[in-house]
Amino acid sequence: MKERPIRVLIAKPGLDGHDRGAKVLARALRDAGMEVIYTGLRQTPEQIVGTGIQEDVDVIGLSILSGAHTHLFPRVMELLRERGANDILVIGGGIIPEDDIPALKKEGIAEIFTPGTTTQAVIDYIKENVRQG
Amino acid sequence: MTLAEGILAGDQRAIARLITIVENRPREAIPALQALYPHTGKALVVGITGPPGSGKSTLVGRLTKRLRQLGKTVGIIAVDPTSPFTGGAILGDRIRMQDLATDPGVYIRSMGTRGSLGGLAKATHNVIKILDAAGKDYIFVETVGVGQSEVDIVKTADTTLVVLVPGLGDDIQTIKAGILEIADIFVVNKADRQDAGRVVAELEMMLDLSSKEVEWRPPVYSTVATSGKGIDAVVEGIEQHIHYLCQNSKLEARRRERYRAEIMNIVKEGIITQLLDFWSVGGKLETLLAEVAAREKDPYAAAWEIMQTFTGNGKGGS
Amino acid sequence: MFAKEQVDSIREKKRKWEETTLKKVLDRFPERSQEFGTLSDLPVERVYTPADVADLGYERDLGMPGEYPYTRGIQPTMYRGRFWTMRQYAGFGTAEESNKRYKYLLEQGQTGLSVAFDLPTQIGLDSDHSLAEGEVGKVGVAIDSLEDMETLFAGIPLDKVSTSMTINAPAAVLLAMYIAVAEKQGVAPGKLAGTIQNDILKEYVARGTYIFPPQPSMRLITDTFAYCSTNLPNWNTISISGYHIREAGCTAVQEVAFTLADGIAYVDAAVKAGLDIDKFAPRLSFFFNAHMDLLEEVAKFRAARRLWARIMKERFGAKNPKSFMLRFHTQTAGCALTAQQPDNNVVRVTLQALAAVLGGTQSLHTNSRDEALALPSEDSVRIALRTQQIIAHESGVANTVDPLAGSYYVENLTAHIEKKAMEYIEKIDALGGAVKAIEQGFIQREIQESAYEYQKSVESGKRIVVGVNKYQLEAEEAPKDLLKVDPAVGRYQKEKLSRLRATRDPGAVELALKRLKETAQSDANLLPPIIEAAKVYATLGEICGVLREVFGEYETSVIF
Repeated sequence: MKERPIRVLIAKPGLDGHDRGAKVLARALRDAGMEVIYTGLRQTPEQIVGTGIQEDVDVIGLSILSGAHTHLFPRVMELLRERGANDILVIGGGIIPEDDIPALKKEGIAEIFTPGTTTQAVIDYIKENVRQG
Repeated sequence: MTLAEGILAGDQRAIARLITIVENRPREAIPALQALYPHTGKALVVGITGPPGSGKSTLVGRLTKRLRQLGKTVGIIAVDPTSPFTGGAILGDRIRMQDLATDPGVYIRSMGTRGSLGGLAKATHNVIKILDAAGKDYIFVETVGVGQSEVDIVKTADTTLVVLVPGLGDDIQTIKAGILEIADIFVVNKADRQDAGRVVAELEMMLDLSSKEVEWRPPVYSTVATSGKGIDAVVEGIEQHIHYLCQNSKLEARRRERYRAEIMNIVKEGIITQLLDFWSVGGKLETLLAEVAAREKDPYAAAWEIMQTFTGNGKGGS
Repeated sequence: MFAKEQVDSIREKKRKWEETTLKKVLDRFPERSQEFGTLSDLPVERVYTPADVADLGYERDLGMPGEYPYTRGIQPTMYRGRFWTMRQYAGFGTAEESNKRYKYLLEQGQTGLSVAFDLPTQIGLDSDHSLAEGEVGKVGVAIDSLEDMETLFAGIPLDKVSTSMTINAPAAVLLAMYIAVAEKQGVAPGKLAGTIQNDILKEYVARGTYIFPPQPSMRLITDTFAYCSTNLPNWNTISISGYHIREAGCTAVQEVAFTLADGIAYVDAAVKAGLDIDKFAPRLSFFFNAHMDLLEEVAKFRAARRLWARIMKERFGAKNPKSFMLRFHTQTAGCALTAQQPDNNVVRVTLQALAAVLGGTQSLHTNSRDEALALPSEDSVRIALRTQQIIAHESGVANTVDPLAGSYYVENLTAHIEKKAMEYIEKIDALGGAVKAIEQGFIQREIQESAYEYQKSVESGKRIVVGVNKYQLEAEEAPKDLLKVDPAVGRYQKEKLSRLRATRDPGAVELALKRLKETAQSDANLLPPIIEAAKVYATLGEICGVLREVFGEYETSVIF
């Protein structure tokens, strides 16, 4: 049987409307053979977690450029833990200052990709780190 | 708790997991599906089809909200095309229903077609059963929406809605051959556009011309899904159609056809799998292929030889 | 521009040159690449000659500065008269903090204000709304009511500065608050100068801070046109923006095409609403991106100016020369900044700013080097402003009008961009105009296609970005002193709001909102009731809430 496609939720939490990066990445992941669920702008942490669970995704990718990551990323992780879904790999991207990264990782965000990251680097990271099964 | 028990208890993660298994490793899902089967048959399955850009997802979102107001629970299966080249897909239908993402009475699942051609994913019918067993009153199945190939939905749904919009050219003319047969209900969406009235009139005329004493003449509703206009009427229309089906034991008949097709499919697949398993052992199949390639045998003879396996082994028969 | 015999002789000469001089060199030293192209992938020839501008008519296509078709600039003297307005987009945290930054910038020699609002303000939510959590004061200043607006402009005489506000969906509300502040300062609306971005169409395709569906949004815009043409004659009622469309990944040609197509849609809507084109069109302004390809950008600005003049004259039959003039603000390309080796961004911004000046911009924002990392620090903002001042005072490029005119390459590229952009506009016309094209996802798809192609070309190494895919540093030190918005801003705004709600006149607010609702349901101009509501301290969220109730909200559709 063929290898199953990896399922990824690409979500934009917060209110910023800059979705160039999210959309380019969504296409790159699709072209790498993944199933990408794209939910558009202004997603609340509750919506993101609800969607991630219903869609049984392997990865949630959060993209944010407004600076609200310090509030919203930890909230997503908290909800995932509450619902017993913290086995989902969560990665983040956008304008995220270096200083903020350690705290976000401590919250359980597996990796943060800052501007200039290639889509290939994200694809490789997902393929290496996604849960097996 | 087993997955089936979790699903019967309405646990979203259990539902999600079994759907994944059904999609990826269908054979593994069989015991759970068997356990769920006695709890299925209660949900009404509504298919939604129509060309891309007709607003199917927005419509499904609105219909769901209305049904929630009426106290019903809803499952939604949204199918998008898988790229035949990469196997990847962008599943974007949810974007128009994200306000439902946090409603515990709604379960939305996006699926890629993964090579299936009839507008649905191969696992769709099993996903319907899972959501049915999980207690959803209504299950919407939104097809890929590429036009005439949307035939699978009729074999899957109790009621099929065909969504059309004005301004997509002469689509009615081009797809009328297919849609008249599959639609139980027509929805002309984006009815705030100029030529919506014309589309409705054309549809009505076509229905008049073709109404050779049909018991159910598909009603035509006008909606503006983005604003919610006309949605209540469509929900009533769905209920009327279901009522009609129940009254004439048509629902029973439709579903029976579905069971027949499903069983036949399982049989077909089972036989093929068993035969191929048998023939793969010791490179028998490869040898046979080599003979066909060398023109020593023709494909019919080769196939016949394979099919003889059962009778040859005494496994087949009456 | 040249006689036919002359062009023929040059063509012949070039052919000979290719066979002799050039061939000898190419045989021994092949060129770096088989093909050359601009940043936007327009083909670039080895060398341009008069033959490449043979079709150009000087008077028809270039003309004199300050005259139709305005290719060379909208004023006869351009920067010999006055430099462009140096306008740095700024704002963060509370109104108090932003007010301090504005005063600092004015002291540093900046000549106009440019207000950045936070995201809750941009989508019409008060700071105490649940969706605003974590966003208050982050990418701009938080404005909840007239009270905040009064603080924002405290001590800044509004009859002396021109103020640009980057606000779109709720633009009419913020303008109303500005008018109310001015009134309190004793400044009549007629004396106010400035700009509101007010460009909803690009929000749907590129920037994402929309609220209402297209139709009522267009009404808010034309109502603003109508109100300002009688009451605020010096106010730019819209800044039709290609900037964000370019940031979203489109090409130079698409930037011109989609921006002007949006412009056409606004003019159409206003004309349909019964406005006199020569009354509102002179107050339309534009906003473009200055990207990395210097000469392509110069050509882009010139092409946009010429094309808009032609559209206004030929398509809309405008008579007032001011209606023909494409006046524009420019911001250097944020997407060209790199997080790697951020000091290199100073050089990038210099080139981009130079392109804007050589292209004849009316005002300019230069990005700060650290903007790919965070909000700019004060030091970075100063360097960015100094970049403009150096170009103005030291480089010499501001001493003559349109210095690159007559360059065979630039003129050829200008004509090429104009032609390609016009082809797009015709395609959009065929779809029923920009609003329809957006509803059908045409423009969004085109932008995404370009963005994806660009990304692939960087990842494949076909395109070099210094410090990113070539000349990287082994270990980069993380930059320090990045600006952090105090997380207490959110709490502070909430408290301020609850005090306001407790102390204002609730009856007056209720009445004003009721009037607003009635007007929204009718087709009367919305500006007067919005101004009334702002004056009695109805909040932004309350005013937009009433409009949401009547108009509904825009729901995007994903288009890949």
